[in-house]
Amino acid sequence: MTALREFVPREFVPRDRDQHPPAVTPIYKTSVLRGPHRPLISLQNSLSEVTGPVFGHGDIGPLDNDLILNYAKTGQPIGERIIMHGRVLDGSGRPVPGVLVEFWQANAGGRYRHRNDTYVAPVDPNFGGCGRTITDAEGRYAFRTVKPGPYPYRNRGNDWRPAHIHFSVFGTGFAQRLITQNYFEGDPLIGRDSILGTIPDPAARERLVAKLDLEAAVPLDTLAYRWDIVLRGSRSTLFENRLEGN
Amino acid sequence: MFTPNALGYLAETPSQTAGPYVHIGLIPKQAGFDIFANNLGESPIGATTPGERIRIEGRIFDGTGSPVRDALVESWQADAAGLHHATPTPDGFRGWARTGTDFESGLWSIETVKPGRVPGRHGHKRMAPHISLWIVARGINIGLSTRLYFADEEAANAEDPVLRIIEQPARRQTLIARREAAGRYVLDIHLQGENETVFFDI
Repeated sequence: MTALREFVPREFVPRDRDQHPPAVTPIYKTSVLRGPHRPLISLQNSLSEVTGPVFGHGDIGPLDNDLILNYAKTGQPIGERIIMHGRVLDGSGRPVPGVLVEFWQANAGGRYRHRNDTYVAPVDPNFGGCGRTITDAEGRYAFRTVKPGPYPYRNRGNDWRPAHIHFSVFGTGFAQRLITQNYFEGDPLIGRDSILGTIPDPAARERLVAKLDLEAAVPLDTLAYRWDIVLRGSRSTLFENRLEGN
Repeated sequence: MFTPNALGYLAETPSQTAGPYVHIGLIPKQAGFDIFANNLGESPIGATTPGERIRIEGRIFDGTGSPVRDALVESWQADAAGLHHATPTPDGFRGWARTGTDFESGLWSIETVKPGRVPGRHGHKRMAPHISLWIVARGINIGLSTRLYFADEEAANAEDPVLRIIEQPARRQTLIARREAAGRYVLDIHLQGENETVFFDI
């Protein structure tokens, strides 16, 4: 049991919203009716924002970061075997250890194991498409999977998603909560994607592209890609010390 | 030599939508399959967690007033004594949960305990009991942060430092869950339009 009052939680640096997509981005049609029109109300951090759930190895299973084995029924999934790895850092470049990273993706043919996906490409009986891990002391995460395929979706008449993996990341505070997607170096669909295109800054878009990492590959077995994740940084200024007795 | 500490900061990784199949990764049972021994976020409390048992529920509406049936909602709250806990307490309190809106009705719900009052920022009064909510879905480019307050906490709500920074009193009402029955609170969230819910930049 860890009561957070025993610690000195730190305030997060305000989010730079210019790095992120705006709420309403007509190129991605669903956002037009689901994005708020009114401005967000800026909230200085209280305990409700600087605290958040922390997960341990007791929360996850030993195969949870191996998508090649974690849903294997009659054999292994079909597709390009890859390792995806990187570090979770904060805005100061410090590693963020001990945080939960979750990921999900389509199979090699671009089909998701989801009751609402009706794409003609078949499901792979040996591939679930999800996993999770906890960053190590240096903030590193890694998982093994097959490279997802592109798939079409109803947006513009002939829109196809580039190959991508969805990521969900926790930090140490609920205000750091982030969901994003990463893409694969060299994919020609990247420059045509309506969802990546919701991010206005080309340099910010580039930061979602995983790089081929031959050094981390396993020869004659598995290729590797590397992608680092940066969460919001925290201020060094303490504010907790005056909370008691208000 | 003076060195400004803003230099060298890394920009945050940009957000992207969670997409329509967010359930695969975060609630695989709702996607239609079973894979993990431990499904995270099924309950924020344990069998022996002290406090008043409550159910919070609601629907999320888009700009046409139609329910959003593929959203994911996460909640984060203090315990009945007003304390946050990073890891589960011996009585099973975690304070964090996640749930999906129903594919047919669009309804989401969480069974929890009513949170106590939490200290506000320095110099401010205690906050009224509240639950932080974070909403992602297809069409939502960056997760939306809001809070759920309780209609039967009128006095505490009136002095809540966060509700009070919302300039228009009518907009404060969008955060207050109505009490439908003993222990049952309903909060409908409107992403856009006339009754648009207040969302925060936390």
